Amino acid sequence: MNQLLTAQGLGGVVFLAVSAAVVIGALIAVNSKRLIRAVTGLCLCLIGVAGLYYFLNSPFLALMEILIYVGAVGVSIAFAVMLAEPRQEEKGTRATGLGALFGFIGGALLTWGLIKAGLSTHWQRAAEKINDGSMLQLGKSLLTTYGMVFELISLVLLIAIIGSLALGKRGRSNGPGKISG
Amino acid sequence: MDSEIIRVIAFLVGVIAFAALNAAYLVWLERKEAAHIQRRIGPKEVGPFGLLQPMVDGIKLMTKQILIPDGVDPILFRLAPILAMIPAIMCFVTIPFSQELVARNINLGLLMIFAFASINVLALLLGGWASANKYAVISAARAVAQNVAYEIPMLITVITMVMITGTLNLNDIVAQQPNISQWYIFRFSASPLMPVAFLIFFVCSLAETNRAPFDLSEAESELVAGFHTEYSSMGFGLFFMGEYANIVIGSSLAVILFLGGWQDPFGLFPGVWWFLIKLYCLIFTVIWIRWTYPRTQFYGLLNLSWKILIPISLFNLLLTAGFLKVF
Repeated sequence: MNQLLTAQGLGGVVFLAVSAAVVIGALIAVNSKRLIRAVTGLCLCLIGVAGLYYFLNSPFLALMEILIYVGAVGVSIAFAVMLAEPRQEEKGTRATGLGALFGFIGGALLTWGLIKAGLSTHWQRAAEKINDGSMLQLGKSLLTTYGMVFELISLVLLIAIIGSLALGKRGRSNGPGKISG
Repeated sequence: MDSEIIRVIAFLVGVIAFAALNAAYLVWLERKEAAHIQRRIGPKEVGPFGLLQPMVDGIKLMTKQILIPDGVDPILFRLAPILAMIPAIMCFVTIPFSQELVARNINLGLLMIFAFASINVLALLLGGWASANKYAVISAARAVAQNVAYEIPMLITVITMVMITGTLNLNDIVAQQPNISQWYIFRFSASPLMPVAFLIFFVCSLAETNRAPFDLSEAESELVAGFHTEYSSMGFGLFFMGEYANIVIGSSLAVILFLGGWQDPFGLFPGVWWFLIKLYCLIFTVIWIRWTYPRTQFYGLLNLSWKILIPISLFNLLLTAGFLKVF
């Protein structure tokens, strides 16, 4: 009990809570029948992941995770669900037959692969402090070391925008439910 | 028990008490100020000048029953008020009340406040959706549209500020403004548009916290009470506390970024009192604006953001970049 009352012990408790948030959030996201609850589970999971980043001494990544994934992506998904989905009855659609078999095999392979990768990797301890986290360091690494990645991400976003525009336009011109006005 | 734990507990209690007391007494201030603006007296029965009124209100809220109406999503309905309060508390962690009085002075303080403040929208959205009430859903949709529209000019202004300060550490930003001529609102050497930047930031923080004249998501005349229509007791109380906590955070950020934080105007006796004086002057202005201007219309709100605030803040960004490069 005495060990719990030190900063280290408290850190351990927070770490366990954060890990639990990741697992529980992921389970809710996958198993929930209501879409909006799944989104909430996803947000819980992402907050947990942000906490893990913080424990790995990457506060910038942790805060960006919250800002982008919870604050922007989570809110957009919830907003889209709210606008598109009428308050539906809970109906669970479970895959049966061949679909269930393939799903099971796929899941088992993925689990096996992840366990194998986790066990065979030589894990390094997280660096005590990567840099001082100042704006100067941040700007330099974003525009030099990670410049390519940064540009690729913006390309993905561009594709997403173009794709959603194309989808939206197609639905409007010759979709079955033509909206007047 | 080592000293670090005592520090953590002390700041935790302090921050929660500060947020709760602020919520309680800002309601009192709001009622008093509104009353005097409208030539009334305001609360006066409970205690001198009605000063005990917030306490009585608090006890009343806490002793009431939480009603869970039929047809709501019971888990999300309970979760939403908590989700509205916790990020607000988290934001207080990195706000420097004075040079020493800051719970955790992290290097990315400014980013941290924006990260956690962004969760607040999710709470409104979930609360509105879980209520299964048309008014609540409309209100939540309005809140999101408004927040998304005003996040952009606010962040552009903040980027401008970060370009000038070169740091995200709030205490360092305050330390750069030792007297009134060096407050960033009057730092014309960085950009001649600094007062405008302050104005944009202030307007955006009003809109982000859903305050009048931008309180479309809580328009009582159209939407009953907005996203918290179905909430009773402390469910409603937590939404209210979260809202006032967000006003305090927005005003604190304006004080830290533009008005010199805990520094005083003349280079004498800097400290927590200066921070509080500036903070409450700004909050007084926020309430003053609410009781002076009528509510805008929705397209007026979006036009203000997209056609006025965003172009000006972008122009200011370019101008500041130019000034920084040339001088």
